[in-house]
Amino acid sequence: MKKRSFPTRVEGVSKLTGKSKYIDDLKFPNMLHGVSVRSSVPRGKIKGVSFKPGIDWEKFTIVRASDIPGKNVIQVILDDQPCLASSHISHPGEVVLLLAGEDREEVLKARDYVELDIEASPGIFSIEDSLAKKEVVWGSDNIFKEYTITKGDVAKGISAGSQVIEGSYSTGAQEQLYIENHGVIAHASDDGSITVWGSLQCPYYVQQALREVFSLPPEKVRVVQTETGGGFGGKEDYPSIISSHAALLSYKSKRPVKMIYSRAEDMEVTTKRHPSMSHIKMAVDKKGKITGLDFEFFLDGGAYATLSSVVLSRGTIHAAGPYNIENVRVHSKAVATNHPPFGAFRGFGAPQSIFALERHMDVVAKKLGIDPVEFRKINVLKIGDTTATGQSIAEEPGYHELFSTVDELMDFSEKSKSFAIQNKKNPIVKKGIGLACFFHGAGFTGSGESYLASIVGLEATRDGQVVVKASSTEIGQGANTIFSQVASSALGISEQSVIVARPDTSNVPNSGPTVASRTTMVVGDLLEKAGSSLVSTLRTTGFLGEVYTEREFFEASGKYIDQFGSLKSYVQYKQPPGIKWDEENYQGDAYATYAWAVYAAEVSVNTLTYETKVDDFVAIQEVGHVMHPTLAEGQIEGGVAQGVGYALSEKVVWEEGLMKNSQMTNYIMHTSADVPDIRVYFEEKNQNYGPKGAKGIGELPMDGPAPAIINAVQNALGSAPHFIPMLPEDLMEFMEASSES
Amino acid sequence: MSHKEEFTLKINGETKVFLAHPMERLLDTIRSDENLTGTKEGCGEGECGACSVLVNGKLVNSCLIPISQVASSEIETIEGVANSESLAPIQKSFLENGGAQCGFCTPGMVLAAISLLRDNPAPNLEEVKTALSGNLCRCTGYKKIFESTLICSQMEDQQ
Ligand code: FES
Ligand code: FES
Repeated sequence: MKKRSFPTRVEGVSKLTGKSKYIDDLKFPNMLHGVSVRSSVPRGKIKGVSFKPGIDWEKFTIVRASDIPGKNVIQVILDDQPCLASSHISHPGEVVLLLAGEDREEVLKARDYVELDIEASPGIFSIEDSLAKKEVVWGSDNIFKEYTITKGDVAKGISAGSQVIEGSYSTGAQEQLYIENHGVIAHASDDGSITVWGSLQCPYYVQQALREVFSLPPEKVRVVQTETGGGFGGKEDYPSIISSHAALLSYKSKRPVKMIYSRAEDMEVTTKRHPSMSHIKMAVDKKGKITGLDFEFFLDGGAYATLSSVVLSRGTIHAAGPYNIENVRVHSKAVATNHPPFGAFRGFGAPQSIFALERHMDVVAKKLGIDPVEFRKINVLKIGDTTATGQSIAEEPGYHELFSTVDELMDFSEKSKSFAIQNKKNPIVKKGIGLACFFHGAGFTGSGESYLASIVGLEATRDGQVVVKASSTEIGQGANTIFSQVASSALGISEQSVIVARPDTSNVPNSGPTVASRTTMVVGDLLEKAGSSLVSTLRTTGFLGEVYTEREFFEASGKYIDQFGSLKSYVQYKQPPGIKWDEENYQGDAYATYAWAVYAAEVSVNTLTYETKVDDFVAIQEVGHVMHPTLAEGQIEGGVAQGVGYALSEKVVWEEGLMKNSQMTNYIMHTSADVPDIRVYFEEKNQNYGPKGAKGIGELPMDGPAPAIINAVQNALGSAPHFIPMLPEDLMEFMEASSES
Repeated sequence: MSHKEEFTLKINGETKVFLAHPMERLLDTIRSDENLTGTKEGCGEGECGACSVLVNGKLVNSCLIPISQVASSEIETIEGVANSESLAPIQKSFLENGGAQCGFCTPGMVLAAISLLRDNPAPNLEEVKTALSGNLCRCTGYKKIFESTLICSQMEDQQ
């Protein structure tokens, strides 16, 4: 890569010296500790609550649904989820009551003395049971949302193929497992306003939720993000719940209330990745061209609607992959069960449908006896082709080059053949290599960005600094650093002179949620525009010349402030012309742009222990301009590691809707000892969107690892499971079942 | 906790006396009593390593250790790693090589790397992987943490 120099992480020194303040590092005078009293059953009617003797209940603040001053609802998309359950229970861990007291240990003890009397009724815990309406647990039919995408005529496309191959695939839940658990501190002050500090991704979502619960105007609700120890989507919607709870306890006790979840509580009740099920029917002609794709896609949304419709939307749009197929139908549903609601997790529905499609590509290639890479090359999108939603691809994805790079780096095609010979000589350890070819839409879907209408600001101070004002949060991904880079280059000043304001709804405008790989591309772009407009203001007024030094810049801004009081530039998102999206029919430009990628894995499968080891992993992607190579690589490496876990080790074990392995000992993420080597490469060709041409990358790395790894297992063994996670015991079962049949 | 005793600990070079229940977790002594909040709690069960500190030079999970067990010991936390003017070489290396993202595992991870480099100033990649395996990081995929540690070990005055 060319020699450029890059700033170190803006908040890096304070993180490395232990000075950064995360929520549990803050203590307020007179602060109470809050806990939640939860249902142990998945479904039922609340008959009563009793407070058993042995506790001095006078010492505790107790909040129930009847204490809620506004609406008893957690506002997301539909208002179906109560803030506190008052009549019905819909999932294990649902909160009925809140307690706060001086000492955390004492409140935890008191919680054991609250008895919930719940008349249990049977719950449902699978997509199949929900679709079959074994019990109707939500609405009239258990369906949160349904989409159909149609391109061409799928029946015609299917009959045009010389072979039609069907397959069913499934993926499990996955825990985000940020190392910092959920936590907030809330304070309801005497003037009726509420302030919440917390570990969260989207301050304005939390503000909106609190406004409903307390019936307050925006100026009475302030939400401040504290340093956040990882999110990955897990801190997108759930903070609205814990914040409302802590705020209710504070409202009643008139004291600040801290609420920090334990690891087990966090794993059991907060949102996880949606489990999925896919049925694919694919028709292929003699030349290996896909003539028709019929894709049925289902997500388990859990007990309440939350974000499931949006997750489903992304999964649905990504289902047909980066392939040019004339006849497509994707039909999808998000259904209700009695699991705790599933939510956002890096990739947001796309990893699920991409797993199914990319596994199916290898299953089909094997059936047809074509090389899986050749099969993909025949079908990949090129510039001018259209996606399943009919979006014409305006840039060349360059898949052929991505495939050649994989070959160069891994000897892919050579190995995919030679391993077969090598494996014959080795009865125990079988080697395999596999890949996945995929795209990921950057930013919100369709007209999402226009609805958000994000605002970003820049303000010069008298003492020679410019402050970036945005509600986009730093959650480890490097938003602060990217913002200071973008602002410094747009303003022509050094990064040291740019300060990124802490996201605080009382001080920064709503730049939209920190999700959907949109922060660099969409918010960064607005920031670049705000910078140019600030400079042009200074030039127009004659304070600044065409060419200037940093000193001249601040002299000019100082004069401007003296004369006009302040120097600011706020920019709001406007949809670029030419983008068309039909929300009704799911047709048109689903995303402003896409990142294009090929990921490949080499594995060793031990047929005695059933262990699968990833020996090498290559991640190649075209992401436009790479703003900051170290940060970008870090995003991809971290995402791939999560993807490897998704495929091979991270299994949520359920019992009646409750996660049974809610500890880091038995829910297994990779440690440094077992993470594979992850080699990351960027292509920077299509620089048409975002600041300096940078596309979004945060979620991309979650999509490819699982199908690449299981495809490598197929290469090693001849066949491989259609599901993930694939732990050794799962592979054993699979191999025993296939040897029987 | 009712029954309290006096314990003397040396924390980051300073001698401190605590009146605490013998079973009080060292993590709470450090975070609550001493207000050194750089040491984190990620699980409270000895699994994540976010609470790692050095006790008499040895890396331990402070969430598992009662104060009575470390009476009269020397404790090093992340706050004692840098001096007032500059970062320690390992911190500098993490900063320059992308070893910290969300930063929550970072204090523990830095102490784990320090503990390794003191014992083994020139580790190879496998030794780094093993030495850090008690510290979970969900953000980085570890690669940049390995690099930060290895690059630091190659710098002139690493400790
Ligand atoms: S908090 Fe001590 S190991 Fe996780
Ligand atoms: S940097 Fe976030 S957990 Fe390691």
